[in-house]
Amino acid sequence: MNLHEYQAKQLLAARNVPVPPGEVCETAQQARAVAERLCAEGATQLVVKAQIHAGGRGKGVFVDGYRGGVKLVQTPGEAEACARAMLGNVLVTRQTGPAGRKVRRVLVAAAPEIRRELYVAVLLDRARGCPVLMASTEGGVDIEEVAARSPEKIVTEPVDPLLGWQAYQGRKLAVALGLTGPLLSTATRCFDGIYRTWWECEASLVEINPFCVVATPQGEALMAVDAKMVLEDNALFRHADLAALRDEGEESPLEVEASRHHLNYIKLEGDIACLVNGAGLAMATMDIIKHYGGEPANFLDVGGGASVEQVTAAFRIIMQDPNVKAILVNIFGGIMDCDVIARGIVAAVRETGLKIPLVVRLEGNNVEAGRKTLAEAGLSLINADSMADAAEKVVAAARGGGG
Amino acid sequence: MAILVGPETKVLVQGITGSFGARHAQLSLDYGTRVVAGVTPGKGGQVFRHKDHEVPVFDTVAEAVRATGATASVLFVPAAFAADAILEAADAGLEVVVCITEGIPVSDMLRVKRALSGRRTRLIGPNCPGIVTPGEGPGSHGGCRMGIAPGYIHKKGHVGVVSRSGTLTYEAVWQLTRRGVGQSTCVGIGGDPVPGMSHLDVVKLFAEDPDTHAIIMIGEIGGSAEEEAAAWIKEHCRKPVAAFIAGATAPPGRRMGHAGAIISGGKGTAAAKIEALRAAGVAVAPTPAEIADTLIRLL
Repeated sequence: MNLHEYQAKQLLAARNVPVPPGEVCETAQQARAVAERLCAEGATQLVVKAQIHAGGRGKGVFVDGYRGGVKLVQTPGEAEACARAMLGNVLVTRQTGPAGRKVRRVLVAAAPEIRRELYVAVLLDRARGCPVLMASTEGGVDIEEVAARSPEKIVTEPVDPLLGWQAYQGRKLAVALGLTGPLLSTATRCFDGIYRTWWECEASLVEINPFCVVATPQGEALMAVDAKMVLEDNALFRHADLAALRDEGEESPLEVEASRHHLNYIKLEGDIACLVNGAGLAMATMDIIKHYGGEPANFLDVGGGASVEQVTAAFRIIMQDPNVKAILVNIFGGIMDCDVIARGIVAAVRETGLKIPLVVRLEGNNVEAGRKTLAEAGLSLINADSMADAAEKVVAAARGGGG
Repeated sequence: MAILVGPETKVLVQGITGSFGARHAQLSLDYGTRVVAGVTPGKGGQVFRHKDHEVPVFDTVAEAVRATGATASVLFVPAAFAADAILEAADAGLEVVVCITEGIPVSDMLRVKRALSGRRTRLIGPNCPGIVTPGEGPGSHGGCRMGIAPGYIHKKGHVGVVSRSGTLTYEAVWQLTRRGVGQSTCVGIGGDPVPGMSHLDVVKLFAEDPDTHAIIMIGEIGGSAEEEAAAWIKEHCRKPVAAFIAGATAPPGRRMGHAGAIISGGKGTAAAKIEALRAAGVAVAPTPAEIADTLIRLL
């Protein structure tokens, strides 16, 4: 589950990681009031940031031509004007796709004077089977670029999950980043807070880019100027407070509906829908559609033991995608009786009044009875007897338009 | 011989009284697997009955092991309690622990994996279909089935199968069986980002097993486990290996059903895995329909 920048910053700040003072706003008037308060507290420069679940906001362009989802401003009036331009507008960035995302909230914050931009992240190191704190002196740019161009500028510190983050590891990292002198102890405290944010919130990613050395009247300080957090879905059952941060407005409506039926559905750009039991087989089905020259419209895993209700819900979801020209059902009924699945398909097709070509490939337990059920139902579906056969037939059906 | 488990293995089922655990304990008994004990806290003293089988139920794994001599356990325990159940099985000294449960939080698995390091217990899963060593009987009856895989699709033979997926593995096994090619052992290592045994761990066992003459490895996007196995195969494995990698068309940054199936930061792509496997001399099937044929061509 993705979080917004302002939500991530609240979780970090609660664990002693300094963030620039600011507040999330849903109206332009609110933005002005927050800006006035920040100016009264001594801020000389402010920033208005569109809150969407996608990167590249600064270089993004709104659909009405307004440029930039991150704007530096000097006065409350300018902050209000920026907020008015962004709120309700649709921002397109390199991560949103051409449809963009509607901006429902902006973060209005003080923009500190930045001396250095660093990078800090905590993530799972799958190869080592432990969390790792990753940092770089090259902040403010894509870390993938840094990794490709100058991997020596990325330092990592693996964490023993039974011990947790240790202060000495923080000192090692601070020195590697050149955060010495009075900044050493501040940096150590920050790293501890960043790691605890990852562990305590059960995140899969906490990324602070840039993590900045900033100038303050009291001297140099450290601040998380941007923050990205992804929470692990599997752990949300024990974090009701974090689960409440979910913003369904940022998710595809079809994906939200699918998750209510415990279906794994991901919308893609193609025109051949697929409905499969099992994640690996579902991915492989997408692959074989592509191999035969088609484009999958979605990933859809109805689970290892698909029920009639789930199959029906899956059909309803698939049919709501206007791009879909043909459907491929690929079920390996290992334990499940294929006949039960076949009856589910027949019920779903009748209920949803399917009008486009449907190719069905059933395999496994009691498959003869299942195929007989499909054949006798009098539906205009196309039977396939192997995955390759099914993929070829569905690609041809999608091209034919009417099947 | 096979690997990890065989027809003689005494199996206990953690969570045998739940509907999911009960159903699959029944199917394993029908398959001829020696299910000798069940464990459900609070239900110790009950008996799990299926046809003419009577399986005693215990409150703890330690008691079940003491009373029955079980050496392997399969877990059907809800995600919130699964880490504890794995640790309990390891504490009781079990050699093989198969965790079927999907949805265990990563932090739980990180602690479990760390706690198991240096112990003799081998963990398969979580979020996996389990392990099958086919038997000699009709429909491979008489083998050891721990988990949720359909037993009848197997056939006793000499191909070792290791995979991160469930139904895609059944697909490959069924392709083999229909072509008359049997399997030594089929291991589903699961689709989570922090698994117990890795592809490499299982491939090493297959490489040493005199009963396994060839290997099928099924991987998917996410992580680098397939690349690690490929590097080892290149240097050490003298048996023919065929592979398939699912997810060539998966978009980056999205979890494809399995918690571990995600391309992040440009890492874990199908293309990179296929390249590593080819460089190691592994025959990579171009489509999932050709997994068995790709291996058979090597034999």
